[in-house]
Amino acid sequence: MTEWLPWLILLPLLWATAAFLLGPGRGARLAIGTTAVQLALAFALAFELGSGSGAPVHRVGGWGAPLGIDLVADGLSALILILTQLVALPLFVYARIYFAAAAPAWFWPLAGFLVAGMNALVLSADLFNLYVTLEIVGLAAVGLVAMGGTAGQLAAALRYLLATLVGSGMYLLGVALVYGSYGTVSIATLTPLVSAGAPLAVWFAGGLLLIGLMVKTALFPFHGWLPPAHGGAPAPVSALVSALVVKASFYLILRLWLGPFAAMAEVAAALPAVLGAAAILWGSWRAVRAQRLKALVAWSTVAQVGYLFLIFPLLGADQLALHAGGMQVLAHGLAKAAMFASVGVLIQATGRDAVAGVAGVAACLPLTLFAFGLAGVTLMGLPPSGGFLAKWLLIEAALLRGRWDMVIVVFAGGLLAATYVFRVLQQAFLATPGGEALRVDRRRLATLEWTAFALAVASILVGLRGMEILRLLGVGA
Amino acid sequence: MSVNEVLPLAVIASSLVPGLLIFALPEHRVGLRTTLNLFGAVVKLLLVAVLLLGIAGGEEYAFRYAVLPGIDLAFHADAFALLFVTLSAVLWLLTTVYAIGYLEGSPFRSRFFGFFSLCVTATMGIAMAANLFTFFVFYELLTLATFPLVVHRGTPQALRGGRIYLAYTLVGGTLLLTGIVWLNALVGPADFAHGGVLAGVDGLPAWQLQAIFALLIAGLGVKAAIVPLHGWLPQAMVAPAPVSALLHAVAVVKAGAFGVLRVVYGTYGVEFAAALQLLAPLAVAAAITIVWGSLRALFQDDLKRRLAYSTVSQVSYIVLGAALAGPMGTVGGLVHLVHQGLMKITLFFCAGNYAETLGIHKVSEMDGAGRRMPLTTIAFTIGALGMMGAPLTAGAISKAWLGDGATAAGMDWVMAVLWISSLLNAAYFLPILWRAWFRPMPATWPEEGIPASGCRETAWLLLLPPLATAVITLGTGVLSEWPGSPLDWARLIAQREYP
Repeated sequence: MTEWLPWLILLPLLWATAAFLLGPGRGARLAIGTTAVQLALAFALAFELGSGSGAPVHRVGGWGAPLGIDLVADGLSALILILTQLVALPLFVYARIYFAAAAPAWFWPLAGFLVAGMNALVLSADLFNLYVTLEIVGLAAVGLVAMGGTAGQLAAALRYLLATLVGSGMYLLGVALVYGSYGTVSIATLTPLVSAGAPLAVWFAGGLLLIGLMVKTALFPFHGWLPPAHGGAPAPVSALVSALVVKASFYLILRLWLGPFAAMAEVAAALPAVLGAAAILWGSWRAVRAQRLKALVAWSTVAQVGYLFLIFPLLGADQLALHAGGMQVLAHGLAKAAMFASVGVLIQATGRDAVAGVAGVAACLPLTLFAFGLAGVTLMGLPPSGGFLAKWLLIEAALLRGRWDMVIVVFAGGLLAATYVFRVLQQAFLATPGGEALRVDRRRLATLEWTAFALAVASILVGLRGMEILRLLGVGA
Repeated sequence: MSVNEVLPLAVIASSLVPGLLIFALPEHRVGLRTTLNLFGAVVKLLLVAVLLLGIAGGEEYAFRYAVLPGIDLAFHADAFALLFVTLSAVLWLLTTVYAIGYLEGSPFRSRFFGFFSLCVTATMGIAMAANLFTFFVFYELLTLATFPLVVHRGTPQALRGGRIYLAYTLVGGTLLLTGIVWLNALVGPADFAHGGVLAGVDGLPAWQLQAIFALLIAGLGVKAAIVPLHGWLPQAMVAPAPVSALLHAVAVVKAGAFGVLRVVYGTYGVEFAAALQLLAPLAVAAAITIVWGSLRALFQDDLKRRLAYSTVSQVSYIVLGAALAGPMGTVGGLVHLVHQGLMKITLFFCAGNYAETLGIHKVSEMDGAGRRMPLTTIAFTIGALGMMGAPLTAGAISKAWLGDGATAAGMDWVMAVLWISSLLNAAYFLPILWRAWFRPMPATWPEEGIPASGCRETAWLLLLPPLATAVITLGTGVLSEWPGSPLDWARLIAQREYP
């Protein structure tokens, strides 16, 4: 199996290049076909890990660390690999139809680099390669946001670029300090070296890494760039970046927190949780108040990212918090992709991006509304969705440690999420003035509707496969 | 999988699968939709009959599926579950027939019947849930499935009703979940069992168990409409009549009351709950609800609102039965779960018929309705007399057992509550009956609609369901000692609860 690991990175690079040469038409078909193969590879990897053969390591070109590049996969990486391909495949089918009229030349190459970067990031095993992959993902995402070329999108993309460069700059500085202290950037080598008694430079490096990555994950109060970027881009782009890109930097924080910086992490555990709680409340509140549909969904991402950071003070031997984090990454990725996809349909059908504009949509686009509702169920954390399992695990972890404050934040966030989701659903059920249904070209929208629906159903079904997901997360953890 | 594992799943699937298929049907496929609806309902009844026979003979029907380590989605069709399952299955069939007639020619019927089937699916899951986790999954599913039905008409009032409904039920669900996770963290996952599961565990801090009980009951009390958590129920009256019937008799309030009984009997155990000083406050809350609901009903002119407050009052009889902490009270509460459903659904069917046929929405418009619609009014009369606890009706049986239970528990004030409630019931139902039967007919009805297919009175599909439930109400009252009657079944459950 390990000889297959590089293909998860090479395949998207290949189709990205080919799509650039072939143009959007054939490029799209190639991208969709190849992503299906990547999805199969990701599942094959997960099955192999689940069968208990341990974490595979692939030494690129036959050189091992410290000279060569190692590709390493464990349960957490496999989970994110599956999420990436699982979100990308339906979204590419969606994007092919969505952009049909005026396909931007840059979408497919940039999307390919984004996926390649994501896959490479979760398979990388040293801090410097992680930096490179993080930059690939970030720059591809900025390119995708800027792709539309309107003034608003360019402004949002510039802001996004600034944030992502500041974030990766801090990260790189941190890596340089670590290298200066220990002479290595390999995570496996560093893990036994770093201790609570480390020199000040290493503490400083840890802080830089953490804050740089928080900026890239759009954790409150570094979230300012996210709503315009995610809320302004075309729907398939918003879905990709909201479902995947913020997860990349979160994944990295988790890796470092559990790995090399575990000894130092305990000191700082309260910080991410406090910021996470603020993100949940503030992001949800802004989503409740949002007037535009896409702004609502984008602010919901700010809030949902907050849940990921609540787990840090709760990490412990019982693995409950880690499981909650993994489950939330998966469930939110699928649900948010579904929600942006369905909002894209609503905007195309009603002709405007406004919560007030969806009045009467229940009559003519029931499938899209169903997809939005199911995705909303996951975000609210209601059963039987993956979001519910994440919430259950998180609350249980918090209660076992007597953290009632966290329980209250989680529940308040859930109720606020219900408020913003049902705001849209309720408006959609409103009988339209004059009883006249919206005229919609169903045939063209059918593919968009069904892909959004498939993503939403996936976010629910994740809740029924909890055992498999937790077993996978346990591999190599 | 053995047959005994498949059967509980089949009961759930018999409404889930038709529901999902109906969603996919285009609006104009009336025939196929009706066939699917009725096929599902009849198959469910047959499955339930098999389960009933098996359980009476001592068979065990259970199924589990692990969702998280130690946390199972588990179903167990025990005698108590079947009491609720049978009620829901029978009333689902009748309500489906009624809804087909009621919604004839109106838009969005695929959506309506799809969510309607999901509601019943959720109710089946609630009834057969073997632990609190499973119960919660279906309890929340019920909330989500009923919302589109409440807002079905899409008017601003309907949306307002839906918003209030959600605000109450989602907050209630949150409280319930807090209690469930807390309990889970304290004692680990545990299935419902006769006599409770907590009594045998040592070293549990009493205050935590009391707090958890309060959270659970508050969460369940929202749906069971225990005062002061009942505010959503009268607002949800904007829904179409079949939905009101479903909400009040079969699904939502029953799910809450059923949950209270599960927590008292299956999780805490009656004796342990009594020892923790939990049942006396519950009895007081139930008593306040009984009296308050009846008092408010007295002052409602809107017929459906009067019935809604009557539901608030009557459902707490079930809770009261559990709080009496004795076998007689248990039987009274359990049997009322069935009886209240039968009587209240009859009343809502009839209210729907008055509104659809004559445009009557208010009690003050009821003059002479009995002469124009004699069969409907006979059914309404039987339901109303049952609610008052008149002899020969199902309601009389419930009240008799509750009264005996109160005496046995030495809680004489409960007897007083029951008497006051009966008087109040009479005070708000008898004027309706008097107007309908003895006042002259007005020259014109508010809005007379001619039924497309039916007798002079109204459409057959609207007339037959209330007549059927009225006959069953009388039957369960008169033949209550027969084997297989709700009373007989309730005694079977009580025997297993108090060995």
